[in-house]
Order: sequence, then structure tokens, then C-alpha cells
Amino acid sequence: MTKIAEDTKNEACIHCGDDCGKHPVIWDGKPFCCSGCSTVYQLLNENELCSYYNIESTPGIRVEEGKFKEKYAFLDDEEISSKLYEFSEDAIRKVSLYIPGIHCSSCIWLLEHLNVLNKAVLKSTVNFVKKEVTVTFNSEELSLRELAELLASIHYIPEITLDNLQEKKNQDANKKLLYKIGVAGFSFGNIMLLSLPEYVPGSEYLESHFKSFFGMMNFLLVLPVLFYSGNDYIISAFKGLKHKFINIDVPISLGIITLFIQSSFEIFTSTGSGYMDSLTGLIFFLLIGKWYQSKSYQALSFERDYRSYFPVAVSKIVDDKEESTQINKLKKGDIILIRNQELIPADAILTKGEALIDYSFVTGESRSVLKSIGDHLFAGGKQVGGAIEMCIEKEVVQSRLTQLWNQSEDKEIYFSKLNSLIDQISKYFTIIVIAIGALAGFYWLLNDTSKAVFAFTSVLIVACPCALALSSPFALGNTMRMLGRLGIYLKGADIVEALSGIDTIVFDKTGTITQADAVSVKYDGEDLSKEDFDAVKSLARHSSHVLSTILYDHLGNYSAKKVDEFKEMVSLGLTGKIEGRDVKIGSASFVLDSKAENLSGSTEVYVSIDGNVKGRFIMSNQYRTGLNELISSLSSNYGLHVLSGDNDAEKSILAEIFPKNSSLLFNQSPKEKLEYIQALKESGKKILMIGDGLNDAGALKVSDVGISIADDIYHFSPACDAILEASKFQELKRFLSISKKGMWVVKLSFLLSFAYNLVGLYFAVQGILSPIVAALLMPVSSISVVAFASFTTSYFARNKESKEFKNKKEVLPSVGKLSKKRVQLN
Amino acid sequence: MSVIFVLIAVSMVVAGGFLIGFLWAVKKGQYEDTYSPSVRILFDDQEIKDQEESKTKDIKEDESKSSEEK
Repeated sequence: MTKIAEDTKNEACIHCGDDCGKHPVIWDGKPFCCSGCSTVYQLLNENELCSYYNIESTPGIRVEEGKFKEKYAFLDDEEISSKLYEFSEDAIRKVSLYIPGIHCSSCIWLLEHLNVLNKAVLKSTVNFVKKEVTVTFNSEELSLRELAELLASIHYIPEITLDNLQEKKNQDANKKLLYKIGVAGFSFGNIMLLSLPEYVPGSEYLESHFKSFFGMMNFLLVLPVLFYSGNDYIISAFKGLKHKFINIDVPISLGIITLFIQSSFEIFTSTGSGYMDSLTGLIFFLLIGKWYQSKSYQALSFERDYRSYFPVAVSKIVDDKEESTQINKLKKGDIILIRNQELIPADAILTKGEALIDYSFVTGESRSVLKSIGDHLFAGGKQVGGAIEMCIEKEVVQSRLTQLWNQSEDKEIYFSKLNSLIDQISKYFTIIVIAIGALAGFYWLLNDTSKAVFAFTSVLIVACPCALALSSPFALGNTMRMLGRLGIYLKGADIVEALSGIDTIVFDKTGTITQADAVSVKYDGEDLSKEDFDAVKSLARHSSHVLSTILYDHLGNYSAKKVDEFKEMVSLGLTGKIEGRDVKIGSASFVLDSKAENLSGSTEVYVSIDGNVKGRFIMSNQYRTGLNELISSLSSNYGLHVLSGDNDAEKSILAEIFPKNSSLLFNQSPKEKLEYIQALKESGKKILMIGDGLNDAGALKVSDVGISIADDIYHFSPACDAILEASKFQELKRFLSISKKGMWVVKLSFLLSFAYNLVGLYFAVQGILSPIVAALLMPVSSISVVAFASFTTSYFARNKESKEFKNKKEVLPSVGKLSKKRVQLN
Repeated sequence: MSVIFVLIAVSMVVAGGFLIGFLWAVKKGQYEDTYSPSVRILFDDQEIKDQEESKTKDIKEDESKSSEEK
């Protein structure tokens, strides 16, 4: 039913909205960019689910043409699947699957209509924020494996990794905070209501039994706030003091406890009404600040380790039969089978088949390596081509890759001591406040003994750094949100502070400053006629190899002819007869008919026609657009370094882009990268590392801020502090300056809150702090600081946004960008 | 004036009810995903149509069955 239509005008795919290219797949009279999309359409069409397309005109699930035939075989293993279930009783099972492909309302619609596609699905619910679908199904009619395959067949490919098998992360922390806010808000509101009579004129006529009743009510209401909602502050302050370290929670707790004791004393001795409203308000606002700061990107994962990189299971060969085995159960001497595009989970020796291993994730080297029987294979490589068998040498946890990870993990302790600005300030703050309080108390002791204790407690109460503690979460939290809108996702608000202090930037080369999916092609050799180009193009059309696809796209203007006797030699090249001429394209050793290795270091495709070698196509990485501008703008303020796992074939090009004083290092192993960063750090530099692959994982971890760059931010990225959308790479300078402005706002709000404190202290040291002054000053200072922090950071970021918009218009359409989809599909 | 004690008691009960409601909503995870419910509410139309269709089918089948029985 499907046919390939030649030479039609480029159309947008009905399913995903992507450019269909020159050869759309036509089904039902509608154009599709690929057979994957048309399959989804057909499937939906058959089940009358086509209103999928009515919700959003081009809903587009990214199609990944991964063969999932055996991919989910491990789900048949009871031991694995039972760990994934959230609920299981009789035949009913409930499971939550992480699906990075969820991205629009149509996705929700389709995934929640799974029961139309398969009756065994009882209920499916999407959590859009987490990109998760929770499916309740009947396991007698549908196995977990079949469910995963069903989802994969509509191209919502569930990501099940070793990580999922670990214990579910404690996601209750967020809920707990909300509970605390609820309780604090409840008490705050009621105490405000009960305290109000004190503040209106004529309150002195209020009958005394009302006063004592309101006081008791306030006392009862404050108890849950103090002991439940506010306990984190007191516990943290206590812990800090135990380690002889004054954090921001120490002055806060000091204020809270003094407020509570002073107020209780006043209530029980009927000498006053206390400051219970200030106390609950303080905790309530602090918790709101905490909540604002903690809201982060749930669907993004910043903590990935090797467990989320590897598959859950591989096929082990036992007595000539395949058996799905969990990878952490693999032992030395086991024989495993690795298919096309599968990862090698542990160091091993090749025993059968021809391996072409792509180590790009581990080393950054973009070329695949050819291995023959008896060679050592390292974990993390991806097989390209036919299935291979290998004998395990080391268990997964002892593999080279895993070790690299664990090695960098030891360094973690080293970072957690990063002193933040607020903690440094709070140290002096606390000491000064106690000193002022003591002085005031001492003064009154000499002059009017009755006021001494009151003056001392008033100072502690009024100087409670509520505004101080709020300014940083709101300013940084808002900056983080603004940055997220611009395309860089931070792990937490504290990263803003780290980012603002950066003075050195280290770049990885492959995939970071070069574009992973764009390649520039140059021809070098004898001049080729139009017929020759036609011939190369027609040959390339028949192959699914990445290089053929690139070549085919490069020769867009030529017309493809009919090819006879087409032959594809795996990992070598292509031959065929076109208009009576023998044409051969492929690697040097294949076309030149010699053992000559490709020495130049770049990726090349040789061409010969009728036995005469004509020349070669040189394919080189395309640098990201805007790289030149970015580097020249950064070079004046930052030290720049490039660490590449690749060979130095492009050194001369890079030397032109980067300023003279920057260091360019090539052939760096992951370990060398890590050590280089450490050496830089020891020399007192604050380092920002930008990388993309596993080979950078160690370096990203040891640097002050590790940014991982990704085309698809939901896709795998190594553990890092921030994830940067690849398309926003040229904006890096802006991000750095926004973070600097964010810190500037924090400092300004500190000044503002100090000013409020001075006003409060003016009353406090005189011993005339009335509850109404405290009750007014506290919320007014907090709210104004919060408002100041949020509005100024938004203003700075917005300013940038509008500038960015202007710039966007000027940027020329990027050159020859090869659609990612085509590489994956063909 | 002592009616104020009653009023305060009532107001505490009402406010407490809202507090419990809030805690319950948090517990049920209503604040975890704030996007999909807004989309989900628009999906019902077709399902209802489907159900009606199947119902009418059932009725027709039933009728035909019963007529056969007769």
C-alpha cells in the first residue's frame, strides 16, 4: 500500500509535522516523513483513534526506529517485572513507565486510550510533569513485555533501566513540605484573626476573659507550627551548632524560640498578648520560600549514573539458547549476545562475529572501531552492524566505565562544603545580633531593670532574618525559572550562585562545540562529471549507513539512477552497476584495494568508477552556529579550554576560533579530563565544564558547575548540575550574565532587609517594641523583599529575552542541517 | 457577647475542614501533575459517543435476540 513517491514538493508529515524530504511515504493519500509515522497513523486509523490528530494539528511523537523485537525480553523475567509493579493482586497489575516521548496533549489523549488498542489495559493515566504513564492491566491477557512493546509500537518507547529497579526515590519530601505549609497557613490565618482585636483602637476595653481565651487559643494553634512546620529549622540549626558551624537557620531558630518563649510568658502571666501572629507568619513565609526554591524540573534527571545508561538485561547464551539475564548477574566467562545498536554492558572478549564498535559515548571519538575475534571490548561501546557474541571478562561493577563513575563519586564530599553567600553572612549576622541584644540588655540593666530582659528578647525577635532568609530563595529560584524558560535547566537554585562565580570555561569538543547531527561534506580529487555524481547518489540511496545518508543528502541536486547488482559490504562500502559502469564507494581499504589505513584522521568516503579511484568525500563536524561570536565574547572575561577525546585533526580550525591563550588538548581519556579539571581547580579557578557524553561524566562532576548539552533534554545525559538545550548553546554568555545579575539582586535584597532590621532594632533597643510593630514590620519586610527579588530578576531575564528575540531574526538559517530523523531511519 | 465563643468554635471547625481537605488533596497527589487534568477534561466527548454507540448496538442486539427467541 505504501509507495515511495519521487520528486514531489516537500510536505509536512501528517503525523509529526516534520519535513518529509524528497520522498514522502504516502498512505491513504497523506504524506508521511517515514514508514514509522505512517505505521502509527495506520494503527490509529484502524482503531478509529484518529481524533488524535484533531487535538493538535501535528502532534508528532518522535519516531525512533529501534528494533524492539528482543529489547523488552527481560520483562518476561518474573524477578525483574515484579520489582517494577506498584500494585499486584490476582491478575491485576499496575506499573508506571517513564516515557520521554510524552510532549503534548495528544500524547496524553492517546496514552489514556490504550484500552482501545488493547482490551487488557484497564486504565492508563498520564503524569505529564513526570512524563510517566501509569497503566493498570490484566496480566493474564497481556504481559508486561507485550505492554512495553505495544507502547513502543506506537512510538512511545518506555525507558526501563537498571535505575527503575532500585528502590523508588523518596518523593514524599515535596508532599511533606506542602503538609507543613498547610498547617502553618491554617494556624497563621486563625491566629491573625484572634490577634486582630489587640490592634484596633479600643482594645483596652476588651473584657479580660476574652483576652485570656484568645491568648490560649493562640498558644494552642502555635504548637503544631512550632513543632511540626518549623521543626526543620530548629533541627538544622542544632545540627549546624553541633558541627561548630553557624548557618542561616541558627538566627532563624533563635528568633523563633525567643518569640515563642516571650509570647508564652506574656500569655500565661496575662501581661500582654504576645507575638504569636509574627511567629506563625514567619514560619509560613519561610516555608513558602522553601517551596518556591525547591520546585524543580521533575522530568529531567540530573543524577544519572551507569545504571540508567545500561539496559536492564542482555541475552546470555546457555547451551546454544538465548536467555535473558539481568546485567548485574553476569559473571566472568558468560557468553552474551549483542545485537545491532545494543550496548556492551561489561568488559569482554569478542568470540563470534565482526564487531564495529561505536565508543562515542565513552571516549568522544566519533569514528567506529573495527574489532575482530579475540579483541578486547570495553563496556559502554555500542555495536553497529550484525549480532556479535562475546565472553565476559569482568563483572559490570568492575568494568572500566563503571569504575570511572565510582572514581568521580568519591569526590562528591569535597563539594558539599561549598559555602554559600548566605551562610557566610549569617555567621556574622548572628554574632552581631546577639552582641547588640546583650548591649541593649546591659544598658537597661543599669538604667531600668524592668526593661532589660524585654529589650534583649526584642532584639532577637526583630532581627530574626526572615527577609534575609527569603531574599535568596526567591531571587535565585526566580532566576532559575527564567533560565529554564530560556533553555538551560538547573538542578537547583544554588547553581545560580555557583554559575555567577565562574572564571574558567572548559569545553568538550565532539557534540559540544560541534553539532552532533550536522556534517559538512567536501569533495577532494579528480573532477567528477554530473553522471559521476548521479552514480554516487544512486548508490548511496540504497544503503542505510549513516555516511550514505549524509552523502545522499549532500548530493541533493543530482538525480538518482537505477542500480544493478547492488551489493553492500558491512562496514566497508557499496558497489553497483549504474548505466553500465562499475561504481564503488566506501572506506579507503575497500576502494583502494589495499591495507592502507585512513591516516588523516577525518571521516572519508572514497569513490572509484570502473576501477579508477576518482577521489574522496571528506566529512567533518559542523561547529555549532554562533560559536565564533560566543567564544570571542567570552574570551575577554573567562579562561577558555578545550578538552577533546578526538584526535587533533581539527586543531588548526579550533586554534583560529579560540584566543591564543586558551589551551586546546586532544586525545584526552575520560580520566585525563577529570584530572585536568582537578588540577585547574587546585590552582584556584572556578570551573564551568560543558560536555555531552559519558566520557565527560567525571569531569562534569568535579567541576564547580557541570553543564550537559543535549539535543533532546529528556534523553540520556550524564550526571550534571544543569542541562542546556543544544539550540541555545550560543546564548551561554547571556546565561552567565543573568546568573551574575541574579546574585546582584540577592545582595541588594540583603541590603534592603538590613535596612528593615535597623528600623526594628531602633524600637527594640529602646525596649518599646510593641506586638503591632513586630506584626507589621515582619510581613511588610518579607513581602517587599520577595517582591523586589522576584520582579528585578524577572526584569533582567525579560530584558534578555527581548534582545534575544531581535537577534534571532538576524541569524541566518543554519547550514545544511541534517534532520536527525533521517539518520535514525534510513 | 459569649456567642463569640460559639462563633470561634464554628469557624475553627470550618477552617479545620479546609485544612483536612488540603492535606487530603496533597496526599492524593493532586498537586503533582497540574497539566494533564486540564487536558483530560476535554477528552470525554468521544468516549461518551462511543459508549452510546455500543449501548445502542447492545440494545439492537438484544432486540434481535429477543425477536429470535420469540
